[in-house]
Amino acid sequence: MNTEAAVQKPQAGAAARIQRARQDPTWVRWGLTLVAVAVVGVLVVIPVVNIFVQALSDGVGGYWKNLVADPDTRHSIILTLTVVPIALVANIIFGFMAAWAIARFDFPGRTLLTALIDLPFSVSPVVAGLMFVLIFGLQGYLGSFLREDGYSVMPYLISLLAVGVFILLFFLFRPASPKTRHELWNHPWTVVLVGSAGVFGLLFFLQVHFEVWPRNESLKIIFATPGLVLATAFVTFPFVARELIPVMEAVGPDEELAALSLGASGWQIFRHITVPNIKWGLVYGVILCNARAMGEFGAVYVVSGHIAGQTDTMPLRIEKLFQEYNLPGAFAVASVLTLLAILTLMAKIKLERKVPSRANLSEPKTKEARL
Amino acid sequence: MSILIKNVSKTFGNFVALDRVSLEVPDRVLLALLGPSGSGKTTLLRIIAGLEVADSGNVLYQKEDITDQSARDRKVGFVFQHYALFRHMTVAENIGYGLRVRKTPKAKIRQRVGELLKLIRLEGLQARYPGQLSGGQRQRVALARALAAEPRVLLLDEPFGALDAKVRQDLRQWLRRLHEEIHVSSIFVTHDQEEAFEVADRVVVMNEGRIEQIGTPEQVYDHPATPFVYNFLGNVNLFQSRVVNGKARIGSLEMEVPEGTHPEGQAVMYVRPHLLDIEQQATGADHFRARVKHINRTGPLVKIELMTEWGDFVNVEMSQERFRHLGLKSDLEVFVKPREVRVFSATGRA
Repeated sequence: MNTEAAVQKPQAGAAARIQRARQDPTWVRWGLTLVAVAVVGVLVVIPVVNIFVQALSDGVGGYWKNLVADPDTRHSIILTLTVVPIALVANIIFGFMAAWAIARFDFPGRTLLTALIDLPFSVSPVVAGLMFVLIFGLQGYLGSFLREDGYSVMPYLISLLAVGVFILLFFLFRPASPKTRHELWNHPWTVVLVGSAGVFGLLFFLQVHFEVWPRNESLKIIFATPGLVLATAFVTFPFVARELIPVMEAVGPDEELAALSLGASGWQIFRHITVPNIKWGLVYGVILCNARAMGEFGAVYVVSGHIAGQTDTMPLRIEKLFQEYNLPGAFAVASVLTLLAILTLMAKIKLERKVPSRANLSEPKTKEARL
Repeated sequence: MSILIKNVSKTFGNFVALDRVSLEVPDRVLLALLGPSGSGKTTLLRIIAGLEVADSGNVLYQKEDITDQSARDRKVGFVFQHYALFRHMTVAENIGYGLRVRKTPKAKIRQRVGELLKLIRLEGLQARYPGQLSGGQRQRVALARALAAEPRVLLLDEPFGALDAKVRQDLRQWLRRLHEEIHVSSIFVTHDQEEAFEVADRVVVMNEGRIEQIGTPEQVYDHPATPFVYNFLGNVNLFQSRVVNGKARIGSLEMEVPEGTHPEGQAVMYVRPHLLDIEQQATGADHFRARVKHINRTGPLVKIELMTEWGDFVNVEMSQERFRHLGLKSDLEVFVKPREVRVFSATGRA
């Protein structure tokens, strides 16, 4: 007993000493904390509070008037709320496909694709906007074509899209077991070729026959909503893919293979296994993507042409109001944008609490040889 | 014949994982694919399951060619090395998944899941998530999930690899009993020879994408077919020797070599430790001299390390009785006589 205590005592002393040695002196800890708080306060808290103070400087009535009375401001809010969801949906689809390809397959150019996904992060948004102007603008590569008869591509585009959906549906609904396949299901190539030609021809004919698209009219991409969507989607493209790739790599293909060997079809595997496993990563990516898309300024500035009431999104509108010395108006719109950002952040924090820790979810995984 | 594998080959880049492998798996047999990592055993298992596509060769089930069938149509139960349980589903949902995707009525799924939970002795845990189970429990859930849809074959990839020793021992015996109960042809992959010998009816030893030997555990252990099998099973003494006129020489010892198996020239001789007799006095000429170096008396057998007259170390095992009878001590000179040897030409196969 005695010896034990004797042994333990110096150990406890040593532990305390190690503890002390590891910890910085009190004044350093307090100093650092104060500096951090001060910096965040000056750079973040005060400006954000100031936005709301300024916005409400004319009282609540004035604030509301500033937001709603001006048709251009109203339009900018609606435009942002239109452009962002479209860009978001596009990014979810492309981000998922890119992440799937990178996490699940090894193909030539995989590294290049991974690097290219990050390109929108590293390129200045202004340059990104200029790129689109150079392609779709009046003086751009496709400019003269789009100006003269831009809508003539639409029948082709729509028909091709329908063909893609047709092929996808064919393989999704094709019975996987050879025994339960009848007649046409057994001839994928013939069906796909003939069916695609049929779908394309029919849709093309219908569009031309009923003159769905105006003829000899210019299709505006730059200085119009399509350009805004393109620019926003480009700038925010990496968020979803970047979030999904590590999640998909960590989860690994084993659960999907297990489902396959249990008899699940591709669609069932996707719905039952893949989506639940990456759900939180996807939601997280969408939240980040959304925050960035709403605030996007540079690329949108270049492609929008800054037409009030037509192509001004909220950030552009704020800048314009500010330039016109309409400070309460500028701050009113800014407060809406800030509010949206704060809501996004809160959603993110809530989500981080809700998602069980990764360690709990994923079993310890060693890189084992597959042989 | 339940499963027939004909001339299956598979390469990954430059690496040959399987080199024209042919194998028959009889009905209702529990077969072990045994080999070191990189021997192609898991690849073969995945090809049987349809999770990997062979470059050439065929896989047949009951004479039906299933080479081109997708994994989902083969009706095999596959148990993954790390279980691959669906982490967002409960134990019951995991087990019932194979039935759910085959559009089985809910009541029937519930009944079958109940049966299986009983079989794996996890009643009451059906609402748990995989993250809340121990390794051994997960392993059993994975097995139940694979069995739920009544597979034609059960395939297990290193089923006990990720478990600790005690649980592994329990699960081995449990798997053996389970197989006797359900009687589905089963193939499992392992790199642990003890596991293979204890659980399987039949052992297939693989090396570098080829099958070295097929046989019952006794056949494989008692009569290894190749030097590789000898080395892999371990617990064997190896002597460099020369075969001249049908006689193998090691040191001063000259031995008749079993007929027809030996080429002349450099050869390697394998002797199991319990097939070496030790005498205090020299009797006859078929012995060599050695000196006792180390004695380990723990366990049912006494393990003795000797140094031969030409400087090699040799392991000998004998019963405690025999050891007491001989009265061996460290540094004592003894005469060693092999009872049974296998000779392989030094360059390769017998």
